[in-house]
Amino acid sequence: MDLTFNAEAATGHGAETLSLTGASSEQAIAMLLILALPLAGFLLTGLLGRRMGERPWIIAIAAILIATGIGTMLALGALSSEEPVRYGFTLYTWIPAGDLQVEFGFLFDNLTAAMMIVVTWIGSMVHIYSIGYMAHDDAKWRFFSYLNLFMFSMLLLIMADSLLVIFAAWELVGLSSYLLIGFWYKRRAPKLAAKKSFLVNRVADQSFLIGIMGVFLLTGTMNVLDSFVGFASSAEPWVRDLVALLLFVGAAGKSAQFPFHVWLPDAMEGPTPVSALIHAATMVNAGVYFIARTSPIFASAPETMVLVAAIGTFTAILAASIALTQKDIKRVLAYSTLSQLGYMFAALGVGAFVAAIFHLMAHGFTKGLLFLGSGSVIHAVSGEQDMNRMGALWRKIPITHWTFLIAALSLAGIPPLAAFFSKDSVLGESFILGFTWVFVIGAIVAAMTGFYMFRLMGKTFYGKSHVDPGVEPAIHESPRSMTVPLLLLAIPTIFLGMVIGLPLGDSTILHWLEPIFLPAEELLAIQFPEYELFGVDGALIIVSVAVAALGIGVGIWLFGIFNSRARLETVESLTDRNRVSRFFYTASQNKWYFDDLNHLVFYRFGGKVANGVMWFDVKVVDGVVNGVGTITQSVGDNIRHIQTGHVQNYALGIALGLVGMAALFMLMAR
Amino acid sequence: MSQSLEAYLVLSVLLFGIGTFGFLAKRNAIAMLMSIELMLNAVNLSIIAFGAFTPELAAQASTIALFVIAVAAGEATVGLAIVIAIYRIRRTPLVDEYASMKE
Repeated sequence: MDLTFNAEAATGHGAETLSLTGASSEQAIAMLLILALPLAGFLLTGLLGRRMGERPWIIAIAAILIATGIGTMLALGALSSEEPVRYGFTLYTWIPAGDLQVEFGFLFDNLTAAMMIVVTWIGSMVHIYSIGYMAHDDAKWRFFSYLNLFMFSMLLLIMADSLLVIFAAWELVGLSSYLLIGFWYKRRAPKLAAKKSFLVNRVADQSFLIGIMGVFLLTGTMNVLDSFVGFASSAEPWVRDLVALLLFVGAAGKSAQFPFHVWLPDAMEGPTPVSALIHAATMVNAGVYFIARTSPIFASAPETMVLVAAIGTFTAILAASIALTQKDIKRVLAYSTLSQLGYMFAALGVGAFVAAIFHLMAHGFTKGLLFLGSGSVIHAVSGEQDMNRMGALWRKIPITHWTFLIAALSLAGIPPLAAFFSKDSVLGESFILGFTWVFVIGAIVAAMTGFYMFRLMGKTFYGKSHVDPGVEPAIHESPRSMTVPLLLLAIPTIFLGMVIGLPLGDSTILHWLEPIFLPAEELLAIQFPEYELFGVDGALIIVSVAVAALGIGVGIWLFGIFNSRARLETVESLTDRNRVSRFFYTASQNKWYFDDLNHLVFYRFGGKVANGVMWFDVKVVDGVVNGVGTITQSVGDNIRHIQTGHVQNYALGIALGLVGMAALFMLMAR
Repeated sequence: MSQSLEAYLVLSVLLFGIGTFGFLAKRNAIAMLMSIELMLNAVNLSIIAFGAFTPELAAQASTIALFVIAVAAGEATVGLAIVIAIYRIRRTPLVDEYASMKE
């Protein structure tokens, strides 16, 4: 089966859509407070932080904790109500310009609520964790003010109701990401990584902006909800496909999908809490959130949807294949993030929107925990990130180890942990909706996920210690400000799936989000068949758990667990067996040479083009501009000789002029 | 007094021509000022002549002529003052020497 476009639904007379109601004044104030608190925290910490001494994080953390409290209340209020809610309000008209009216408005529904929980909770955990992690840094105040700026931008992104406001927030999260990746700007690598992420994002953002203009041209409105109404019937199919494609390129840039995936692994040069918050749990999900938010637009462009699924699936397997061989603990997690984001895009592309958001939430908590755990590991071994110089840590840093193990199992897809439910619904629904290829590749990626996570576990926590002997005695469990967030994040990693993913086929999250995605599903004519636990769906669960277990089994067999020994000779003989395996091993280690390809295309070749353009600019454009000046100057230089300075020459001129005028007058008068 | 307007106008043109020639040809600043006076008086003569031969213009012509005389007096005063001031610095009344404003 392929995605089909349901023309009847395009006229907008399908089933009842969720209607927008005005927010009560309490709700409006709450939404404004959620934004104002981190913004105030950013400004106060940024302006006064230098004078706040050893605890510059007080304001920032207080702001985030209060915002989290308010956000959670709003989210639970929305999620627990019987009828699905959707309320919003307009703060003011941002751009009043004739036909272009851009309202600065906010929107709150169950999708916002789901994102709100992920963003605020992981945000607060990361803030608290950073107290311990950044304790030895001199510029703590700068770090916390940037974190607050990020929280403000991300919360604005998920609550905005206008495409242009979303774009502004989109750029703001990009800016805070840039600032935080380059936080240690005195070192070379973070500086370059920050620049790379900014440039790659800029390229995609251009396409995003053009896409937004396209939506405005087709529908005449910047409001997200209003733009759905006319979009499906607004233009030729290829125009709709093009606009959706432009928006998707923007989303792929922010969410680091192929071919924009190159920036995310380098972004790991930033402090680890930043990797956890921005580059695993929240900002990189912005693309997924955006496509989910504008699902009716994408549903009106079925060809683009298939492309979304294809890019997602390809990124999933590409990144997983790179994660297999990386040495840096954070890079393994970064490629794993890419791979899981690929899952989300695949789910969006096949029309399984609920599964995509479910995976976003489950993966957010799981990967947030993994990154904070990896930060704790790095902290324990005094800043070492190479897994070949770790090992046998599990007895020395027990809290980190056990929470990490839980998250690894969850990410690998072992029931009943969070990511099992979400990954299973992604895979299961793609199969049910007829995208067998997504399911097959997704299952292979699931096996690879299990393998690389337990390769990481084995190398880091088990087996023999390869830690630098000088560092060995100093290995210690992290301070409480770091372990408490780990323990708190372990709770949703264990229970989230069971709470909102059950009962299977009729889950809580389905009830939450189904009304939001109904218009899109109608456009695509998607009908989910009855859920059969003892039929095809049950079989799919067994398949996905089996492949995950297979991957984990191989990982454990090769790299060991607890006290069992790693078979590193076997690993070596496998990777070094013949030319083919050697090729694949080096290619994976070198990230399939994408950085080199980019270097070749954009630096070598693109540099030549840029030089050509510069030649044109210097010679032709500047030549014309300078030429006008030179000509004027030389003309003036030449005719200045008629100014003799002799008053009688001028007088002669006047007299001749007078004669001439008189002669003319007499001729004319005749 | 001649009964012909043309005679006065011819005289006026001749005087004006001599004045113009003097202004352009003489190198001495004092002589040039004198030439200007000659041109002004040539014009004055033609105005008075028109006034005398056209009764309606008589009053206006006299007024304009008086104005011209007054302006000419002022002009001569200012001109002479300037010439003397320059003369004190440059020690010459010849205008071709006064070319330092060129650069």
